[in-house]
Amino acid sequence: MSAPDGIPIRLERAGKTFDDGTRALEPTDLTIEAGETLVFLGPSGCGKTTTLRIVAGLDQPDAGGRVWFGSDDVTEVPIERRNVGMVFQSYALFPNMSVADNVAYGLKVRRVDEAERRGRVAQMLEMMHITELAHRRIDQLSGGQRQRVALARAIAPRPRVLLLDEPLTALDAKLRETLRVEIDRLLRSLAITTVYVTHDQAEAMALGDRIAVMQKGRIAQIGTPREIYQRPSSAFVAGFIGAMNHVSVRADNGYLIGSGTRIPWHGSAPGGQIMFRPEDVSIHDGSVSPAVMEGRILSAFFLGDHTRLSVDLGAGDPITVRTEARCSFAAGDAVRLSLPAERILWPEA
Amino acid sequence: MGGRERLLLLALMAPAAIVFAAFFLLPLARLFVIGGTGPTGWSAYLAIVTDARYFRSLVSTVLLSASVTAATLVISGIAGVFLERNRFRGRALVTAMLTLPLAFPGVVIGFMVIMLAGRQGLIPEITDALFNERLVFAYSMAGLFMGYVYFSIPRTILTVMASAEKLDPRLEEAARSLGARPWRVVADVIVPGLKPAFISAGAICFATAMGAFGTAFTLATRINVLPMVIYTEFTLQANLVMASALSFVLGAITWAALALARSFAGSSVAAAG
Repeated sequence: MSAPDGIPIRLERAGKTFDDGTRALEPTDLTIEAGETLVFLGPSGCGKTTTLRIVAGLDQPDAGGRVWFGSDDVTEVPIERRNVGMVFQSYALFPNMSVADNVAYGLKVRRVDEAERRGRVAQMLEMMHITELAHRRIDQLSGGQRQRVALARAIAPRPRVLLLDEPLTALDAKLRETLRVEIDRLLRSLAITTVYVTHDQAEAMALGDRIAVMQKGRIAQIGTPREIYQRPSSAFVAGFIGAMNHVSVRADNGYLIGSGTRIPWHGSAPGGQIMFRPEDVSIHDGSVSPAVMEGRILSAFFLGDHTRLSVDLGAGDPITVRTEARCSFAAGDAVRLSLPAERILWPEA
Repeated sequence: MGGRERLLLLALMAPAAIVFAAFFLLPLARLFVIGGTGPTGWSAYLAIVTDARYFRSLVSTVLLSASVTAATLVISGIAGVFLERNRFRGRALVTAMLTLPLAFPGVVIGFMVIMLAGRQGLIPEITDALFNERLVFAYSMAGLFMGYVYFSIPRTILTVMASAEKLDPRLEEAARSLGARPWRVVADVIVPGLKPAFISAGAICFATAMGAFGTAFTLATRINVLPMVIYTEFTLQANLVMASALSFVLGAITWAALALARSFAGSSVAAAG
């Protein structure tokens, strides 16, 4: 199939307040580039689904907010005339129709003639590897098969925008992994502008060209997966993507001093707490640069390719250290740790 | 299942079986036999088709019941989905009022139809004021139709509401996302979703309309539905044979309609009526 031309999507001061007065989404400005996959990531109630529904046209933004598809202002256009494809967590397949009829539905509604319709349905089923299911009833399908049908149905009419609302959440872990790879392949081959909503950071990292981490109705940070992981803008974002250690410190005479902690530091110290990833801290190897942290091992888990240590620095939450598996550790051992200064993050910065 | 267990089950079923035999199977068999003992023998049953008066009454009863069922399902379908989807002040009151007719005997409903469309009724007064002509239809099939629809609504609307509650709103959103306009969504998602409720509620509605008597009796005069004919044959003509034959056929048609609906809808249809 010819790749449908992606169009950019722009939200302009789009907010949403529900009838009972709760603010689901603060007025938000956002541009999604043509052909880009943007993932909205966040806990439940953060406003990610509301944003998706505003883009879809299922919900209207509050007065003053606008939604643009390319150069069209679609704010007042209902979903049935926006030409979007949508995939739901609950699949939402029509139970009274066969698999093939489900996939054909969008084409039938658009009055695509029978021969072309049949060709396109066959193509979609093949693309999603479900050709042999064409004449099955929906209740005869497994969850993974249902979501494949839902994807085929959503892209069959060649929508301008593809919207996925937690499409993998209802599936078990192994199937989720398989289907994630498949969705990724699909999105790359279609080059269609895609909005993907999830609370699963692994999905967001794997599928997103950019990720928008959402918190309490706002976009807390937006950027590539790499930017978000390496330069989280807040403790919330850092905690949502990957594991993060937090240690309380105070700047004192060229050092950051905390419980069990003494880090040479010559820059500014913009807060009372530092953050670092478990994989950035390592066991001190006895080289000339001094160890910066000392503590006692609370637990050590050998996980095959690495060992995860939980280390008590004397006060505050224990920190997690991801280290190579070669050496063995036991609870109660004292350890000395190194941490490159450039890997230190300041949540308040 | 062991022999003892089977014996116990049979013993437990005995009371129901006795009641069923005494008050249903035996009278029905007797009714069927009486229908064949007249001067014309079994051709009394044939007379239902050959005698124009009986046949016309049979056809008009079936047509009336079918159209009452159709009208009731349309009204209850729309009202049921609306009431399920919208929360407003007085909703509980409206729902209660729609189910109120269950409390009235057919005679009262006939009386209400007369109040509305009878010679001194409200509708003739209004049409008189507007067009200088009194529109009186209480004593005809139209009056009966109105009364039947009125008392059929409560029998269907609660079933429709229960079923509408289970409709998945995501299905409608999915259809819309694929380009379906509102009417299309109704036809492709809502009606198929409510189909089991429509079939089961419709069957009960049809059966009730087939056998309803009180309303027809109150409106009387020009109405010729099957239960009225049976009554006339039985009490005025003392034609026990014909009354029996007609009763049996009325029962058979109603039962067939319920059985048909049951086979379409699975087993959710109560054989009431």
